[in-house]
Amino acid sequence: GFNSRMRLVILDDYDLASEWAAKYIRNRIVEFKPSADRYFTLGLPTGSTPYGCYQKLIEFYRSGDLSFKYVKTFNMDEYVGLPRAHPESYHSYMWNNFFKHIDIDPANAHILDGNAEDLEAECNAYEQKIAAAGGIELFVGGIGPDGHIAFNEPGSSLVSRTRVKTLAKDTIVANARFFGNDLSKVPTMSLTVGVGTVMDAKEVMILITGAHKAFALYKAIEEGVNHMWTVSAFQQHPHTIFVCDEDATLELRVKTVKYFKGLMHVHNKLVDPVLSIKD
Amino acid sequence: MPSNKSVSDAPISQFTNCRILREHTLQREDLWVREGKILDPEKLFFDEQGYADQQVDCEASIIAPGFIDVQINGGYGVDFSQPSEDVTAGVSLVAKKILEHGVTSFCPTLVTSPPAVYHKVLPQIKVHDGGPHGAGFLGFHLEGPFISLEKKGAHPERYLRTFQSGGIEDLMEAYGSLDNVAMVTLAPELPRSQSVVRELCQRGITVSLGHSVANLSQAEDAVQHGASFITHLFNAMLPFHHRDPGIVGLLTSDQIPAGRTVFYGMIADGIHTNPAALRIAHRAHPSGLVLVTDAITAMGLPPGHHTLGQQVIEIQGLHAYVTGLPLPYSRRWLINDEFVS
Repeated sequence: GFNSRMRLVILDDYDLASEWAAKYIRNRIVEFKPSADRYFTLGLPTGSTPYGCYQKLIEFYRSGDLSFKYVKTFNMDEYVGLPRAHPESYHSYMWNNFFKHIDIDPANAHILDGNAEDLEAECNAYEQKIAAAGGIELFVGGIGPDGHIAFNEPGSSLVSRTRVKTLAKDTIVANARFFGNDLSKVPTMSLTVGVGTVMDAKEVMILITGAHKAFALYKAIEEGVNHMWTVSAFQQHPHTIFVCDEDATLELRVKTVKYFKGLMHVHNKLVDPVLSIKD
Repeated sequence: MPSNKSVSDAPISQFTNCRILREHTLQREDLWVREGKILDPEKLFFDEQGYADQQVDCEASIIAPGFIDVQINGGYGVDFSQPSEDVTAGVSLVAKKILEHGVTSFCPTLVTSPPAVYHKVLPQIKVHDGGPHGAGFLGFHLEGPFISLEKKGAHPERYLRTFQSGGIEDLMEAYGSLDNVAMVTLAPELPRSQSVVRELCQRGITVSLGHSVANLSQAEDAVQHGASFITHLFNAMLPFHHRDPGIVGLLTSDQIPAGRTVFYGMIADGIHTNPAALRIAHRAHPSGLVLVTDAITAMGLPPGHHTLGQQVIEIQGLHAYVTGLPLPYSRRWLINDEFVS
């Protein structure tokens, strides 16, 4: 095992942050040497933040350096009641931005079904699937402007499991832009992994980019663990990495930023050399 | 990695590195096919958990639906308006040749001819699907003889006809059989045409307006009786006039019955229509545009004399002339792949 630590990895811009994150994921998978008997389990997010990271992972697949043949994925969340084929569903996002470009076995790509007959049963089954897969090796996530992880809105239990959640007004308003700015068309409920579910992962990597996320990052790592800023829960996880760009650090203390920037030579050893399945 | 056998054993092909025509644009997307049907890959992935058995690299080519040519008089030495003993052979030859140009279905067109020609030719061939052997035969396009004298174009004057009773008898006398006819071009201003239009539409035959001096009102009337196509827009009809747009006005007419579309054929060879006129038509009614070749016997052959039904055509350079007649009866005879792009 490795020692507990929290890493704050700061790159200059969105592209570099996406690349660092993708390289880290690549190295973790390649090092793990996944096989038919031993799959690498990966938790995955959606949204604009991880988009660049997905693009890079696709590049790695195309260059033959990375394969998802023995990788099992578990997405964090999905809207309730939105048709799966709707362009804004998380199924559509994952298909268009990731799955259709790589060699993952469809049977190994798990996403919560927001149109299930029994939503609660769907959530429980999802937890069981994760357990049956041996737990999550690396859970990649993002953070909302209100500090939420997945759809664990402010006030969510920090020991929560996969369940149905009503979306906060802020989230609905933020999502309206994907639904023609018509608030009535935005889904009001979602299925989401719990904070506890993500905490169970062996390692957690949170991607945070952009100035609009800066305050949430500040609350997540410079203030205490608080259920109003659910990402703060990961201060208590043994292996967490926050990957950010400069803009996301704008609300942090200069001292914090300088300290972690000073550690970049150590952090960069995690992505340099970058490993390949060709070797 | 095999397709999920729970739905179908049939292999799935994935065409990669291609551009497909979707939602009126060329998109860089893969095309997934199983047993001749195009699949929704997202459904395949999430519902069936299936994926491709084989991948085909298209090297950035375009994959598009096959072209349909609803106005083609012949080609490669074959003239559909000749009273041949073996019409099937001629149609098959052209069908095979046009496949090379991406045409997968067509309507062999007969120009105005004496009844004997129709009576001989029409019964010889049945509507049938295409395949690797050649484009599919959708049915004949009968362009004439019920057309206007003033707008006969290259059609022979002596074989033009009018409607005597306005009923099926007129059609049977002229054509003999309507069984394998897909389209008829007629001039709606001819007296007693409305009932003929209805008669044809009832039989599922597309009625196309052309070779006509109809005004807009007469054209709209024909549409209300069922006409749904215009034969080579701008050619062999009155020119657009702002006080009476004539047949051209159908593109923007507000008298078209709800739920119906009027389609219009365009010969986009740069000779029959000035490209600016083509663009005006397209901008006015983009969803109605249908490209046609109106190709003739000489298509694919070197310069010389060829027939077009009862007329003789002479090929000179890039133009074709009805012997003895000057422009504007010229027709372009070269196969032009460019005019489609």
